[in-house]
Amino acid sequence: MAEAQKIITSSDVHLFYGKFEALKGINLDFNQHEITALIGPSGCGKSTYLRTLNRMNDLIPDVTITGTISLRGQNIYAPSEDVVQLRKQVGMVFQQPNPFPFSIYENVIYGLRLAGVKDKRELDEAVETSLKQAAIWDEVKDHLHDSALSLSGGQQQRVCIARVLAVKPDVILLDEPTSALDPISSTQIENMLLGLRDQYTIILVTHSMHQASRISDKTAFFLTGNLIEFADTKQMFLNPKEKETEDYITGRFG
Amino acid sequence: MNPKIADKVATTVLYIISGIIIIILASLLGYILFQGVPHISWHFLTSPAQSFEAGGGIGVQLFNSFYLLVLAMLISTPISLGAGIYLSEYAKKNWLTDAIRTSIEILSSLPSVVVGLFGFLIFVLQFKFGFSILSGALALTVFNLPLLTRNVEDSLRGVSDEQREAGLALGLSRWETVLHVVIPEALPGIITGMILGAGRVFGEAAALIYTAGQSAPALDFTNWNPANIASPLNPFRPAETLAVHIWKINSEGIQPDAVAVSAGASAVLVIAVLIFNLSARYFGNRLFKKMTAA
Repeated sequence: MAEAQKIITSSDVHLFYGKFEALKGINLDFNQHEITALIGPSGCGKSTYLRTLNRMNDLIPDVTITGTISLRGQNIYAPSEDVVQLRKQVGMVFQQPNPFPFSIYENVIYGLRLAGVKDKRELDEAVETSLKQAAIWDEVKDHLHDSALSLSGGQQQRVCIARVLAVKPDVILLDEPTSALDPISSTQIENMLLGLRDQYTIILVTHSMHQASRISDKTAFFLTGNLIEFADTKQMFLNPKEKETEDYITGRFG
Repeated sequence: MNPKIADKVATTVLYIISGIIIIILASLLGYILFQGVPHISWHFLTSPAQSFEAGGGIGVQLFNSFYLLVLAMLISTPISLGAGIYLSEYAKKNWLTDAIRTSIEILSSLPSVVVGLFGFLIFVLQFKFGFSILSGALALTVFNLPLLTRNVEDSLRGVSDEQREAGLALGLSRWETVLHVVIPEALPGIITGMILGAGRVFGEAAALIYTAGQSAPALDFTNWNPANIASPLNPFRPAETLAVHIWKINSEGIQPDAVAVSAGASAVLVIAVLIFNLSARYFGNRLFKKMTAA
């Protein structure tokens, strides 16, 4: 395989909540068109790290972040960085499905509509493409104008993913996207993510070893704010270098 | 005591207490409506009041009440929305915002007669607005603003942070998120609060006695030039409202049919407030359904 291209690089990222150091110098790079899983026990900093990548932590008062994170070579913490633009390039899906209380159609095109797209054909097309990519088109195509809240949790989550896809980001961050869903919905979402890999860079926080090993190319193991190990998923699961990684993967703690 | 019995006792006691409240409310409402409704007629609702003779109506007062209400809501809605959005979405927790919240709380527990006297000193005397609709509307704004602001803030806070994150993560700016995600979701609550506030303003008397005045000069309903003193729209004319009229008739009315007029006016007032409350529920529910259901 040719040398993969790096899309996000982060070096020496520290994050403090007040005085508490939640990330203790993370160096981690992500390749384009790969799925990277971030794993580790609760409170290890993996979600916090994920949220530094689209600057969602900016919203929390009293947070200090040092180090650099670059998207395509551009420091996203530079003073000139347009956070709104950044979040269009780096989309995010949350643990709890959080559709807006509007119709499915409106949910998917909300980002586009607010970006000023008015052409009905273009919007219709975006809805169909995004919902197909999110593998939910067949289930909802006949009631696009029903409220998104009338869907099941798994369907809602896929609509949320379609909503992100419609904005055409380069990177999609997913923060435990299936932990609130049943196993069948989870599998559907995992298959969908595998289908998206060719067009997007996907970074996924998960508590499920099974999920990480099934869909990710690379895996990063976090523990108490440190990045313990980062490697190809296959290698890490078959032959972890660090003792802590092995203990965690085999379920000896966490 | 055995928990089963305790549960039964508690349930019974609660039923009795709620029963008492319902009986008090129902008999009060029933009494007012029973006494007043027979006096309500088209003539009563549209003709001007009489000072010395029988047969006076409440037409002017009814119009004044609605006009004042509209003006007061026009002034207080944008201010309360702005303040509520600021407090809920932008304000950092520090001494200043704490001070604002405390002031709002104190303001909302101010007796309305005090608000009326404040309005008298500031709007009527200091600003030289005289006893006028404008003074009354401003006093009502002072009276209503804290509760409306509180309502807007609470409604916005009721929107979960996940919704805000969803908006921001989609590349919306903070203001766009507030405007297009948070406010639409909070709208049913905000509108319900506004309509309930309108009902409260409609029935308010004490804050108006010294601001909007106690006289209702005859109005020329064919003259819609706001600058003319006889025009119903003139904001600088004194304007006795329905609630003030009721108070006045009962304290110094010398009309032979004062009792009947007061009963009729009270019934109209109660019915109007009931309509406000019921429509608040109706519109709130409908809006919520429209935004959430299929």
